[in-house]
Amino acid sequence: MPEDLNWAVGGEAGDGIDSTGKIFAQALSRAGRHVFTSKDFASRIRGGYTAYKIRTSVDELNSVVDRLDILVALTQRTIDENLDELHEDSVVIYDGERSWDAEVPDEQIPLDVPLKSLAEDAGGAIMQNVVALGAACEVANFPIEHLDSALEKRFGDKGQKLVDNNQEAARKGRDYVRENYDHDFGYDLDTTDEDYVLLNGDEAIGMGALVAGCRFYAGYPITPATNVMEYLTGRIDEYGGTVVQAEDELSAINMALGAARAGARSMTATSGPGIDLMTETFGLIATTETPLVIADVMRSGPSTGMPTKQEQGDLNMTLYGGHGEIPRFVLAPTTIAECFHKTIEAFNLAEKYQTPVYVVSDLAMAVTEQTFSPEEFDMDAVEIDRGKVVDEDDIDQYMDEQGRFQPHYDAADGISPRAFPGTVEGAHMTTGLEHDELGRRTEDTDERVQQVDKRNRKVETAQNEEDWSPREFGNEDAENLVLSWGSNEGAIREAMQELDIDVRFISVPYMFPRPDLTEAVESAEKTVVVECNATGQFADVVERDTLTRVERINKYNGVRFNADELVDRITEAFAAESEVTA
Amino acid sequence: MSSQAHFTDFKSDKQPTWCPGCGDFGTMNGMMKALANTGNSPDDTFICAGIGCSGKIGTYMHSYALHGVHGRALPVGTGVKLANPDLEVMVAGGDGDGYSIGAGHFIHAVRRNVDMTYVVMDNRIYGLTKGQFSPTSREDFETSTSPEGTKQSPVHPLALAMAAGGSFIAQSFSSDAMRHTEIIEEAIEHDGFSLVNTYSPCVTFNDVDTYDFFRDSLIDLEDEEEEHDPTDYDQAREKIMDFDNIYQGVLYQDDDSVGYEKRLGIDEPMNEIPDGAPEGAMDLVREFY
Repeated sequence: MPEDLNWAVGGEAGDGIDSTGKIFAQALSRAGRHVFTSKDFASRIRGGYTAYKIRTSVDELNSVVDRLDILVALTQRTIDENLDELHEDSVVIYDGERSWDAEVPDEQIPLDVPLKSLAEDAGGAIMQNVVALGAACEVANFPIEHLDSALEKRFGDKGQKLVDNNQEAARKGRDYVRENYDHDFGYDLDTTDEDYVLLNGDEAIGMGALVAGCRFYAGYPITPATNVMEYLTGRIDEYGGTVVQAEDELSAINMALGAARAGARSMTATSGPGIDLMTETFGLIATTETPLVIADVMRSGPSTGMPTKQEQGDLNMTLYGGHGEIPRFVLAPTTIAECFHKTIEAFNLAEKYQTPVYVVSDLAMAVTEQTFSPEEFDMDAVEIDRGKVVDEDDIDQYMDEQGRFQPHYDAADGISPRAFPGTVEGAHMTTGLEHDELGRRTEDTDERVQQVDKRNRKVETAQNEEDWSPREFGNEDAENLVLSWGSNEGAIREAMQELDIDVRFISVPYMFPRPDLTEAVESAEKTVVVECNATGQFADVVERDTLTRVERINKYNGVRFNADELVDRITEAFAAESEVTA
Repeated sequence: MSSQAHFTDFKSDKQPTWCPGCGDFGTMNGMMKALANTGNSPDDTFICAGIGCSGKIGTYMHSYALHGVHGRALPVGTGVKLANPDLEVMVAGGDGDGYSIGAGHFIHAVRRNVDMTYVVMDNRIYGLTKGQFSPTSREDFETSTSPEGTKQSPVHPLALAMAAGGSFIAQSFSSDAMRHTEIIEEAIEHDGFSLVNTYSPCVTFNDVDTYDFFRDSLIDLEDEEEEHDPTDYDQAREKIMDFDNIYQGVLYQDDDSVGYEKRLGIDEPMNEIPDGAPEGAMDLVREFY
């Protein structure tokens, strides 16, 4: 694993933990270092333990580890919560002048810095976190100029005075450590000339939507999907679009449906409980053949579950949710950058095949900030395919003998023409009832079969025409096969660097349609499916597709996989006597 | 359509399956006439409906239309209008669709004030499920699910709309074709959300709220002795909160109303997008430096 530094700031929710962490992450990113962050937070506004953790290296990072080198502790609980991750060289920065009800354990290096009073000297107690950042820079031997740059980005809009004060606060922290602790902490953080960008999965989804030409977004706030809406708000207007905060998820998805029918690229995003509500309309979207992108940023379920914790529990819901049989596409980005790419792909698939498309992300990606080269977001490569849209010049070819437009024309590839409202001679009815080619209600048995077949044929067409390839890592000929979907990719890839056994890893970003894994599973000695849920929803799907039993590595305590634990669990899984025979 | 549309252009060739004598025939005819009279054409009109007898209206009319799920027609109409403000958006529903399952959306559609016309075919009963009480049914109304009366107060749609800050609140009677059409025309021409609660009797299941009942009880606000000024909020409130009488006409209209889509600054349809990433898209990435 890469030579890295693990840093965290923790305190009460409301202490500004999140922005403190983000500023330090940005400073590291601006220094050309890779950053991978994670958050511990509770479902409450103020009070309650919260922490922002940063892992940084000059090498690429895709996972978290259970180790903390520098901990900025604003409360005793911050130490207690992270005791397991501290080691004998861990530095704990704290303010002994603040009400401090206990000690830093003997095993660690305590660094008592009067954060609050130094902040007051610099212009305000509120900057105590920035004082701590300055102290951390000194401990890590990290040039403070990069922190200056991050503070400039953060506070620049609010005036130079604020920037100056914060930079001064950071220096007070740095100088205090320099003058009071004659200690070499053993860190020497390299910097590079790389210009990284730092963003999270929700932001990547939002950015993908904008780039793909999304003009309408309706949503209802829910953790951990809200950031998609917050990203689009204010930005989408510049492209002539709008965001509507609806009264509930039922309304949100119906608004999005209305906008899509009016011809806008349209989307909504929510998390599991919101998907439950939206499922009512999901069938309507499919049967009316409306293009719509729905992002499900999963969290722990069922019911309200653990709103601020990780899980990949909604796969079955996105694959099978809704009454009746519903053609759909389900994409599951495997990295934060893929959240961007898959969202763009989702809009193209939705319009090309006139179906609802799920983009299934999760909390681990939504709240993780990660560095990428800007080239990962290649704008020149973006293609837009709006599918079969007819205008007044070519609408004639889709008329019946009586000159009526046929929005559900029984095309050989299953894809009928679309006429945006306002198109002359295109007026037509759309309904959730079974309908004929004109879109009008029918209970005729032949027409029913024709339309069901037509809608399902779109999936066949897509299966043949699109690339549903998975992402492959490791040795293609290895007898040990690891399968996974969604956000686990990074941790598995990193674990592979430490594994003593040879594995082939297939990371699957397409849940439906999905790649045919039969050959890979059959050629492997043993297959292990890694996923963040209790029952192995993807493993079930793999078993059904390949008619072969697989082993499962599941985690459902609310925390994502990290690379360290996967080294052990994958090794164990392949070493174990197989409980089932292929 | 280049030439002025005739109201029959809004008629589809599908024969309605409403019961003979149903109030919905008159409601729909008025909608079609009002659309034509206000200069709209089927290709520029979008009709949204939910579930129930009222929900069938999009099938019997000819325009762009969506027949969706129960109670959610208003959000659909909101999305359509925001995505293409050039369209004339009309939403049709029943008293169950709009004031029961869709009541939440109703309140929010009223306060959001998107420029669309909401016609509620109020027959004070559930017809398509064969005669259960509805949210506008009287408290003593006996039905298959309320053999001893509903034991609940009815919903007062106009009062709800007023409380939610409605900018156009009207009521009509489907059998009074002239007045019904006029009122819908005014609703169409209003900039903002227009509620037209239309009494549309169910001849099969409701033997209380009949044509005769409405004919005998409706007070027309156009009558000179009423001296009703719909722009006078206090007068409107008095009439709307008068639950002992039922009125026909525009009860309240805010002349200064501006549709939500205008307040959002949406001035063009959203259906044109670039072939690839928009110009300057890398700026979106640079924000994350």
